[in-house]
Amino acid sequence: MQKGERMKTDTLLDVKGLSVSFETDEGHVQALDSVDFQVRLGQTLGLVGESGCGKSVTALSIMRLLPKPMGKITSGRIDFQGQDLLELSPDGMRQVRGNEIGMIFQEPMNALNPVRTIGDQLSEVFLLHQEIGAKDAWLKSVEMLNDVGIPAPDVRVFEYPHQLSGGMRQRVVIAMALACRPKLVIADEPTTALDVTVQAQILDLLQTLQKQLGSSVLLITHDLGVIAETCDEVCVMYAGRVVERAPTVELFANPIHAYTRGLLSSIPRLDRTPKTKLATIDGMVPSLSDLNEGCRFAPRSGKVHPQNLLDQRSPLKEVSEGHWVESCPLCLNL
Amino acid sequence: MNAHEELVRITNLRVHFPVRGGIFRRAVGSCKAVDQVSLVLGKGQTLGLVGESGCGKSTLAKTVVKLVEPTSGSIKFKNQEIAGKRAQNNFRQNVQMVFQDPAESLNSRMTVGAILEEPLEIHKLVEKNLRSKRVVELLEQVGLPASAADRYPFEFSGGQRQRIGIARALALQPELLVLDEPVSALDVSVQSQVLNLLMDLQSKLGLTYLLIAHDLAVVKHVADIIAVMYLGKIVEIGPAEEIYLNPIHAYTKALISAIPIPDPTKKRKRVIIPGDVPSPIDPPKGCAFGHRVGASLYPKSVGMKFNMEEISTGHSVLHCPCCI
Repeated sequence: MQKGERMKTDTLLDVKGLSVSFETDEGHVQALDSVDFQVRLGQTLGLVGESGCGKSVTALSIMRLLPKPMGKITSGRIDFQGQDLLELSPDGMRQVRGNEIGMIFQEPMNALNPVRTIGDQLSEVFLLHQEIGAKDAWLKSVEMLNDVGIPAPDVRVFEYPHQLSGGMRQRVVIAMALACRPKLVIADEPTTALDVTVQAQILDLLQTLQKQLGSSVLLITHDLGVIAETCDEVCVMYAGRVVERAPTVELFANPIHAYTRGLLSSIPRLDRTPKTKLATIDGMVPSLSDLNEGCRFAPRSGKVHPQNLLDQRSPLKEVSEGHWVESCPLCLNL
Repeated sequence: MNAHEELVRITNLRVHFPVRGGIFRRAVGSCKAVDQVSLVLGKGQTLGLVGESGCGKSTLAKTVVKLVEPTSGSIKFKNQEIAGKRAQNNFRQNVQMVFQDPAESLNSRMTVGAILEEPLEIHKLVEKNLRSKRVVELLEQVGLPASAADRYPFEFSGGQRQRIGIARALALQPELLVLDEPVSALDVSVQSQVLNLLMDLQSKLGLTYLLIAHDLAVVKHVADIIAVMYLGKIVEIGPAEEIYLNPIHAYTKALISAIPIPDPTKKRKRVIIPGDVPSPIDPPKGCAFGHRVGASLYPKSVGMKFNMEEISTGHSVLHCPCCI
């Protein structure tokens, strides 16, 4: 009981049974199917998976930024500090967005307004969420730019996004996301558009700032290397579901679901013997418009699933402390 | 290295693009995209070119397939000079390219069959009535069903499209394939399928690869030789293992340490390189990398002439006082 209470208090974000669907020309598409996970105070949770698995939809749902009217949250709750975000009014949500939850987008050029200066865009965050004047907001913007390691911030603040390099732009986006010292930062593929060397800079910066502010981070990426280096806990997503969830060290040492194992063994690594055949996962990610209710990894698992496993979803099961896995008996490797 | 017959030799290659400005659009400067690059590629080998965006990797690749004319220097393919001359048809046949984004490099209005037949038609290689048979052969080679010939590119997934791109490049039975980021647009699980296919084809057909990638782990897995480029220059080149185990140039070291390793138990100290790649239009006077990291020995390199220096067999590094 005591343990349960502690878990409750140090959980910042609790996503429960979140399902999201889209109405498209090709019909009804279920992007998320009862997704559960928690982000704890001061920790980093990684969401990993291939394109189309629902990582970004998860992020957009938390921010309530799903494209309207196609995207709809059909069930579930998103508790942030005990408050269900789905029950907030649009005004209430605006108070949270950018203030208590900050978001870093993948492509910094698209996340910034090309016709307004950096300072203008950064001050906006302060003006919206804090009761301060334009002048103070401007000064705070310069300070923020300095914090994210932009050289000569008092000059840069007058510049436009196109005058900055990709890495600098991402720093500006980070500055905007962290301006109000949010409790939760959602970073959606923050380094995918960047070079490895710049990626290292940005990851380093994110970790430093996280420590300073004590924020929690929800990091979305497809790069298992990034996960291993930055996250405390990992959720592996596949076709709109979380198939495995565990502390990072445990997941890499002891992957149980066939998809996680496949993913881990298919990446070329520096410490592998070169020119050897890489392990592969046959087939491809299933189309979201045509999904079965049961095990979705079945066609790629190399094992013939009986009809009942294809029709009925196996529940998530805790195999060791904090290590949950979708318990389709044919995809487990215990 | 000597065991391999030489296929491509690039000597002191330069590709400069004019930068135009003013009312009369005169050349006011030049962008040194590729600057004094020399390398040798043996038959059946894979050379991996790595570097950050804007370092000139793609320009170098395009120059090798003659999509860009070099400013100076020479490119020899099978001991024949190809730079500065009109491309001979047999050169075009022998050197083919696979592009980064398969969605954009396949004509969406042509069936896969038509895409694969086009090169055969242009080069008049296969009789009209036998072409469809060759198309099926090509599809088989890259692991696609024969029925794919009647379908359009949009009906395929990213990985399958890249297979079509590879099949198209193989249609003319080339000796050299230039692969420009062939897997960077693909998902991890599909990426390994395509890499396996490329390695298979190489051993079956004796192909030579010039592989461009920014993912060092990918390059290390498939390449025999790795060349590291920085701001238009090769800063280090050598056997793949050697480059990893014994990198000499500070840039190579930093690049290797920047790759995240998918193993949470290995905590290492990352070398963070500050700043960005300087502009090739207005490069620093001295060592371009020393300038970026603010090396204490940087002033020594100003005005110096940089030369490649051989450390051990086949392993050379750009000699510079601040980076070694």
